[in-house]
Amino acid sequence: MNGVHDMGGMDGFGKVEAEPNEPMFHTRWEGRVLAMVRAMGAAGAFNIDTSRFFRESLPPHVYLSSSYYKKWLLGLEDMLIARGYVGKKEIAEGHAREPAKPLRRGRFTVNDVERVMARGKFGRDAQAPAKFKAGDRVRARNLHPLTHTRLPRYVRGHVGVVERNHGAQVFPDSAAIGAGENPQWLYTVVFNGAELWGPDSDPALKISVDAFEPYLEKA
Amino acid sequence: MELRVRALETVLSEKGYVDLAALDAIVQAYETRIGPHNGARVVAKAWSDPAFRRALLEDATKAVSTLGHVDRVGDHLVAVENTPERHNMVVCTLCSCYPWEMLGLPPVWYKAAPYRSRAVRDPRGVLKDFGVSLPKDIEIRVWDSTAETRFLVLPMRPEGTDGWSEEQLAELVTRDSMIGTGFPKTPGAPS
Repeated sequence: MNGVHDMGGMDGFGKVEAEPNEPMFHTRWEGRVLAMVRAMGAAGAFNIDTSRFFRESLPPHVYLSSSYYKKWLLGLEDMLIARGYVGKKEIAEGHAREPAKPLRRGRFTVNDVERVMARGKFGRDAQAPAKFKAGDRVRARNLHPLTHTRLPRYVRGHVGVVERNHGAQVFPDSAAIGAGENPQWLYTVVFNGAELWGPDSDPALKISVDAFEPYLEKA
Repeated sequence: MELRVRALETVLSEKGYVDLAALDAIVQAYETRIGPHNGARVVAKAWSDPAFRRALLEDATKAVSTLGHVDRVGDHLVAVENTPERHNMVVCTLCSCYPWEMLGLPPVWYKAAPYRSRAVRDPRGVLKDFGVSLPKDIEIRVWDSTAETRFLVLPMRPEGTDGWSEEQLAELVTRDSMIGTGFPKTPGAPS
């Protein structure tokens, strides 16, 4: 979706301001939100692509004015309600009122913590041979899906060069909407600054994205 | 916010979805186990051991998995090397993808709009915000983390560190130098 989350190349957000000696969490609740998202994801309530899609789907003014972990909380609430794990009324009242919906991997306990600390594996068997190889010129397709995608707007329609094939991986566009893993080849594609930003671009700038094969066509 | 978060926690616990003790354990694991010290060890090792450096650039996941003292990184880690001709910088324009196992949880600025919007278009301007400047003729390569690949910048080894141990070298490696928004500390400079 063409949301405000897709920020590459936008103007007007001001300077980058680093906070000296920034703590891992600024308040206790930030850590709790992170833990809930990780635990409910590991228990099978949603996958990482769905959780990104729900955060992107927050109204633009909410997305832009909420802190990072507030976005995570709002996305988590929306997702758990949409998937039938909790009711709106339950969240408002702070107590369970309805029977629980079974989780795919069951209740999340302390024995499951190690599972969330190791990164997931996204490599899968390919469904077809790779169409592109390192050195191929490719154009990022002019796609505007209304649902989740990992093809940023700023590269669409532009020509780059394949640098590396990362193998076939879970396709976020499918996984986010419950349409299965639908593995696709993933490539690092490099663009010249001027190709993306025009004649005023920094002449010594190159930008790469990791693009799934359905995002690309031969150029 | 505190109340709203507590409300959701209570609902999840009452419905039997999560043990509250497990949430405590997750927070504790993040607070104690991950952080830039993991990445710093990897960088220091690459600076000291040419065979490891080659292995790291070839397949970072595999190379890091041979170091017993670094937490498992899962798949899809890629190390990108700074050279006198090229500087690398990592961003996630779409959300906040970041090599947690190597660097810990990302700082607020990494996840915020100014960095995400400008890093791909005006990386030298972003570096200026960090008080860093690069000669004009050095190529800047920005890596937008749009999939599950995670990038670790391998900065250049500071001069004046001949004969230093890996432990000493690791002290010079900053978090920002592994994102590409800074450089390692200079030996002998006040920290």
